[in-house]
Amino acid sequence: MTEKILLKGNIALAKGAIAAGCRYYFGYPITPQNDIPEYLSAELPKIGGTFIQAESEIASINMVLGASASGVRAMTSSSGPGISLMQEGMSYMAGSELPGLVVNVMRVGPGLGGIAPTQGDYFQATRGGGHGDYFNIVLAPASVQEMFDLAIKAFELSDKYRNPAMILCDAILGQMKEPVVLEETKTVIPPLKPWALTGSKGRKPQFLKTLYLSDGEQEAHNLELKEKYDRLREEDVLFETKGLDDSEMFIVAFGTVSRIAKTAIQMAKREGIRVGMIRPITLFPFPTEVIRETAKKTPRVLVVEMNTGQMLQDVKLSIENSVKLRFYGRPGGGIPTPEDMLREIRVMFNEEGF
Amino acid sequence: MKKVFSRPKSLIDRQTHFCPGCTHGTAHRLVADAIDHFGVQEETIGVSGVGCAVFMYDYFAIDAIEAPHGRAPAVATGIKRVHPKKIVFTYQGDGDLASIGTAETIHTANRGENITIIFINNTVYGMTGGQMAPTTLLGQQTTTTPYGRNFQNDGYPIRMAEMLATLEGVAYSTRVSMHNAKEVLKAKKAVRRAFQMQIEGMGLTFVELLSACHTNWRVKPLEGQKRVEEELIPYFPLGVFKERKGKDFL
Ligand SMILES: Cc1ncc(C[n+]2csc(CCOP(=O)(O)OP(=O)(O)O)c2C)c(N)n1
Ligand code: SF4
Ligand SMILES: [Mg+2]
Repeated sequence: MTEKILLKGNIALAKGAIAAGCRYYFGYPITPQNDIPEYLSAELPKIGGTFIQAESEIASINMVLGASASGVRAMTSSSGPGISLMQEGMSYMAGSELPGLVVNVMRVGPGLGGIAPTQGDYFQATRGGGHGDYFNIVLAPASVQEMFDLAIKAFELSDKYRNPAMILCDAILGQMKEPVVLEETKTVIPPLKPWALTGSKGRKPQFLKTLYLSDGEQEAHNLELKEKYDRLREEDVLFETKGLDDSEMFIVAFGTVSRIAKTAIQMAKREGIRVGMIRPITLFPFPTEVIRETAKKTPRVLVVEMNTGQMLQDVKLSIENSVKLRFYGRPGGGIPTPEDMLREIRVMFNEEGF
Repeated sequence: MKKVFSRPKSLIDRQTHFCPGCTHGTAHRLVADAIDHFGVQEETIGVSGVGCAVFMYDYFAIDAIEAPHGRAPAVATGIKRVHPKKIVFTYQGDGDLASIGTAETIHTANRGENITIIFINNTVYGMTGGQMAPTTLLGQQTTTTPYGRNFQNDGYPIRMAEMLATLEGVAYSTRVSMHNAKEVLKAKKAVRRAFQMQIEGMGLTFVELLSACHTNWRVKPLEGQKRVEEELIPYFPLGVFKERKGKDFL
């Protein structure tokens, strides 16, 4: 099937999950992601799946935990306040090494905030978010096509590493419609999971836990988890680059902002300023290497986000102090325009005179 | 003395970490007995709450998982929906089930998830050192009610078995005790009944076991059993509060 169909981002994501073989969805309503549970509540029963509207996001994530422990691909989706309630469960999933997909269609905060688009949950997503020493695998789509593709990718990575994965996107991506090519969807058979709880028939009983009380046990467990995160950093960093070869400076932006940045880059080109871009697709693991190497050649970086500077910290950690770094951010539902970005590009250009 | 039971095969032969004489050990045997009785050891998945019984997987020779504090019913829901033919049970204390996990308990029961909940009501938080539980009796001293539980400040002890019996999704709700051999035998029947009803697909089954935590009650084990009989049972009456006779769902 290579024909293009017009889909809303949230629906593309739900279709991606089904394509990945996910048949278990547990969630609690919250705007701006309600299309996902609404769509899946209609589709999953038709294909032998299970949809439960849970009593809370705490229950949702723990149902995901239980289903995942039983060996299947399972997911939930939410936004800000609900994602906060899931942090306990996600910490337990990381601790007992359970895969599973959590979708965060971000809304502004703190608190109840509002439903305007934002990237304000970057820290929560990429720093673990819950208690303990762990990370989530975090993927940031920038198009409706990627809402579909990265849902599949998220399940693959989550299973590969036995670690929760998160899709981090904003309301614009969730709500906008774009043409999408759906891959052949019928063939994905999720991998067998010999560690899953299925009843102990024909084998020794097995268990999943997060409590380690005897001497050194917890430290050994944390070091094992670290090895996993190191492997992720080595094997599964995803990013997109644009026009880096002959650029005089480059932008780092993810998700929706990277789309706006492309327009700004074209406007700058018309003024004779060559601007490249690196778009992290995995926010954890972060594409540190490519940013570091690019900044060696092109030591002028503009970070643009829809927050007050969160990914900025990861960019800072990737580059030398001598690299000229500028940040432009719009929090609380403000959306940076191409003109805003062009203005920032000009400031850097004039200051540096490159 | 009559031997009530020998070690069930689905219990691992090892010393427990429970205080000597703790009725958690008895409750473990009751659950293992039911598993053996129905021959479902290899079909059963257990979910432990957080409390003194968190180490279920160390004692039961079955597949098991540790849930976050209070979330066992939600975890069990996820498991049961994936494995509807397996036997799934949770084992939870009063803090776990009736305080931090109240929402999960009520809504899992209300959905009529076909699982069994084993509820250990010992009127304190055993694991964390004897603080007030939602089931702590009025006047009872705990480490956080040093002057005794006072309803004006702390509210009243919750009767979970009665409360859950009001929900349509619940097939069986009972309260039993383990303070003497006769009651243990009755408790054994109740746990078996709960598992049987789960096997028959009748809905959520709930067995509340009155238990002694003599360590945190600061009494000798035998006095603990006496307290169950003399103080707990008058407030937490034993009995069956709901028992579905057939699959008479609405
Ligand atoms: C979110 C969270 N809060 C608090 C705790 C600490 N904690 C562990 S067990 C427990 C209460 C245990 O009491 P109960 O459920 O009655 O079990 P018992 O030990 O009495 O059998 C508490 C408060 C925790 N593990 N997680
Ligand atoms: S603290 Fe109480 S509940 Fe826990 S093992 Fe000891 S007697 Fe049993
Ligand atoms: Mg207790």
